[in-house]
Amino acid sequence: MAALFARAAAKAFPKSLWLYHCNSGACNGCDIEILNVLTPYYDVERFGIKLVGSPRHADVMLLSGAVTRPTLPLVKRAYEAIPAPKLVFGVGSCAAGGGCWFDTYNVTGGGATAVPVDYLIPGCPPRPEAIIYGVALALGLVPQKSAPVELKQVEFPIDAYLRNKAWEERNVIYKLIKD
Amino acid sequence: MWLTSKIKQIVLALSPGTVTLKYPFVKKPVPRGFRGQPVWDHTKCIGCGGCANHCPARTILLRDLCQEIRVLLYDGSRCTYCGRCADLCPEKAIVMSPEFELAAGRREDVSQTVELFMLTCNRCGRCFDMEIKNAIDKLDLRGYRYDSLEARTVLRRTTDRMAPEALAETEAYRRPEKIGGL
Repeated sequence: MAALFARAAAKAFPKSLWLYHCNSGACNGCDIEILNVLTPYYDVERFGIKLVGSPRHADVMLLSGAVTRPTLPLVKRAYEAIPAPKLVFGVGSCAAGGGCWFDTYNVTGGGATAVPVDYLIPGCPPRPEAIIYGVALALGLVPQKSAPVELKQVEFPIDAYLRNKAWEERNVIYKLIKD
Repeated sequence: MWLTSKIKQIVLALSPGTVTLKYPFVKKPVPRGFRGQPVWDHTKCIGCGGCANHCPARTILLRDLCQEIRVLLYDGSRCTYCGRCADLCPEKAIVMSPEFELAAGRREDVSQTVELFMLTCNRCGRCFDMEIKNAIDKLDLRGYRYDSLEARTVLRRTTDRMAPEALAETEAYRRPEKIGGL
């Protein structure tokens, strides 16, 4: 699925990606790392990536910060102003899943509540390399490394009834995350 | 004169060389003590739930499926990589790995699930009750495992090291009462 999406992204964005950096109540940690990516040391302009001031010029929105209630309509308007096709990167733990503030008052809890986030770049803040990795992942330059991990201490026989019940309960946990 | 200054400028501009990191193609090792993704060792975990209690982002969830199975779920999307879970773990089952290339298309890609086998009490047949115990007593949970029973006999109590007279004084100590009683 991710590979297919990368191919689609490569087709949709054959040339330079222009980024629009949207701060939705971040602590400036992620914003500093985003600017760090543009410095000569990391030099993301190698890939033709450029930071632009207006969402109307941009292909990609770099969203940083857990979307606070005052910024929610503004983030939505900025997203609508970007011409399609468009990508949204949730930079940092706050934009990816809400961070420490996922259920705080006055915070809507992550970028996914406001706009469809295509790629998550977790980290608090993410290293500049991690941001470059995320963008390179979208461009199809690198393979995706992370995958869900399932570990078990003991595999012991349980009868089918209990096992079914266990699976139902486990799905409850997954529902808890979505809230 | 302007020509010499231009030449000087060019020499100055060329002397630092290239500083740019060729990142996605050539990787640079992370600095020492860098905290990346936490990694669970399911062979060491005793299921005490300390990490779930102390996670600032509450991204570690614990759920008892039945009497013997406890599931630990780590959702990496909102993890802040503070390392508190690794600091706190009594069995050092959590290690902050140097892995930082965690960008993913889905939230589930950065999640980890650990299914733990909780031993039941021989007498009552139930799991150890965590709720009515304080934080220090919760660490005694390891006494209910086969593997650390021997290690537990070696553990010293604080009172072992105290002088007998100091101990006696401590035991005789009474809280000062309010004048006139309650």
